[in-house]
Amino acid sequence: MAQHTNKRATTQAVTANRLTDGDVVYFTAAGDWSLWLKDSQVADGKEDCAKLLASAQPAVSAQLVIDPYLFEVTVNEGEIIPASVREKIRMAGPTIRLDLGKQAANA
Amino acid sequence: MYRYDEFDHKLVQERVTQFRSQVARRLAGELTEDQFKPLRLMNGVYLQLHAYMLRVAVPYGTLSGPQMHMLAHIARKYDKGYGHFTTRQNIQYNWPSLEDIPAILDDLATVEMHAIQTSGNCIRNVTSDQYAGAAADEIEDPRIWSEIIRQWSTFHPEFTFLPRKFKFAVTGMHTDRAAIRFHDIGIEVVKGTDGKPAFDVYVGGGQGRTPMIAHLIGKAVPAGDLIAYLEAIMRVYNMNGRRDNLYKARIKILVHSLGAEEMKRQVEEEFALVTEQGIPFLPAAEIERIRAYFQAPAYETLPDTSDALDAALAENRRFGDWVKTNVAPHKVTGYAIANISLKPVGGIAGDASADQMDLIADLTTKFSFDEIRVTHEQNLTLPFVRKDDLYPLWQALEAAGLGDPNLALITDHIVCPGLDYCALANARSIPISQKIAERFADLDRQHDIGELKIKISGCINACGHHHVGHIGILGVDKKGTEFYQVSLGGSADETSSLAEIVGPAFTEDEIVDAVETIVETYLDARENDERFIDTYRRIGKAPFKEKLYATH
Repeated sequence: MAQHTNKRATTQAVTANRLTDGDVVYFTAAGDWSLWLKDSQVADGKEDCAKLLASAQPAVSAQLVIDPYLFEVTVNEGEIIPASVREKIRMAGPTIRLDLGKQAANA
Repeated sequence: MYRYDEFDHKLVQERVTQFRSQVARRLAGELTEDQFKPLRLMNGVYLQLHAYMLRVAVPYGTLSGPQMHMLAHIARKYDKGYGHFTTRQNIQYNWPSLEDIPAILDDLATVEMHAIQTSGNCIRNVTSDQYAGAAADEIEDPRIWSEIIRQWSTFHPEFTFLPRKFKFAVTGMHTDRAAIRFHDIGIEVVKGTDGKPAFDVYVGGGQGRTPMIAHLIGKAVPAGDLIAYLEAIMRVYNMNGRRDNLYKARIKILVHSLGAEEMKRQVEEEFALVTEQGIPFLPAAEIERIRAYFQAPAYETLPDTSDALDAALAENRRFGDWVKTNVAPHKVTGYAIANISLKPVGGIAGDASADQMDLIADLTTKFSFDEIRVTHEQNLTLPFVRKDDLYPLWQALEAAGLGDPNLALITDHIVCPGLDYCALANARSIPISQKIAERFADLDRQHDIGELKIKISGCINACGHHHVGHIGILGVDKKGTEFYQVSLGGSADETSSLAEIVGPAFTEDEIVDAVETIVETYLDARENDERFIDTYRRIGKAPFKEKLYATH
């Protein structure tokens, strides 16, 4: 959803929810979708971010994902980290149930 | 309890078939998300942060044992082994896949349940008093009238595309456990001039970003006129409610802009129009037909006192605490109303595991004439328990982590899912509730503090009812960091009041200390056995504000 995009952000990735089960997915450099943020393609600057979002759009008409949007990240020694609490929670799962969501795979 | 007739069965089954086809078309790419979204919302399917969410209707919060077993089955088979009971007395599942939802709806239909009108701009699940049919001072069982309103409002063609969602609550007595003054329409059963049940009708209450207390516009409306009167209100709203601005579309905004007197006049004018043909909207025979479903269960003749209960009270102090807080008087001698807290310290408000649901279902069948209620404060109620059975009931609950004696105490919160689940939230609610509960976990301290209702929302939509909390907490986002704004003095009962914001918001690390400061200020100022809300109303906001911000 667009309102979760920070207009002043420079470094961003694209996320969406998968159509079949609503799971959080990220747009990758290979042009497909991954369940894991580490696989996502990161863009810098307004123009490249817009291009990245545009290249994710065909997956909407292909009925793979719902509502792709840009969200702010930082890249620290190769690790992609979401800027907002919201995206941190989407990436991992509920903070009060560590056995649920993607974080459950690490439990 | 109400049981489906052939029309109800057909209606629900046709809807499942229709939705199965819509899901198939969506998955096949024949429907876009924009086309599908209104269809899925009409069937209670949302898209949240991590997954789809399915909201299942529990009409006026009433469930049978087999229905509760089915909710457990769905949690286990299609979800992640738990469900979340909500302030509309419904249940939500947080992880269903879209592909499975038609099968879930099929399973629900086998026990006369569905997800119809749990979302969208229509009349939502009618809520009511969880003590319906059991409370001593009840004028009449509000389930009868909730069911009549449910039947009238289900698939009502005029009210399928209202300006905004629309919520009813009904209470059968003046004591209000259903927050009727904070609903679009709130209804209180009163005694009419002929001594028969009549209805005080309140309009234009609500919470969200513009909290308002409803106005009484219909006094002692006779039973036969009730549906025509409600129809008149809905028509005035449907004609004049704003559709240009999402935030001004609820009926409360219309009532506020017209004024309660003008609203009343327009409703009466419309009422005259809808009744001028002389066709009764609610024939007496129909009232009797519905009334028959809610006959009292086959109570035994019992003495008022129970030796078994007295012996258990002498033996087990924690049970004694539970009886003190969680058990309420019943209208029938020898019986009691037992409340199950879904707020164990360290737990998640309103959540129950599939195993817990199965146990509760069995206990319902064994001890409460097969009937259970979901409360709008996210707890459960067994309305018809013999006093003799309270101890074995509690022992079974306690063994499953459901025996907490904390109803209406400082650890019993209403909590929205917040940013841990909800796509609309700005801040987390559940962890704040958990930290407050941990701070006040000591039971003696909780009982010393007494009735204190904390209500927590993770955004301005106020699903956590923070406007009517004795202490209300609203999570806000300030440049990517969660802050918590505190308000005081709200109350959802018949003394209805809106909480007032006390001052600048607190950080996540400060909020529990802030609550403790509020509690200490109350305890210092408390006279005799005043409850928090009584003290607040006597001394006002200033002493709390002074203590909270003295060191800031």
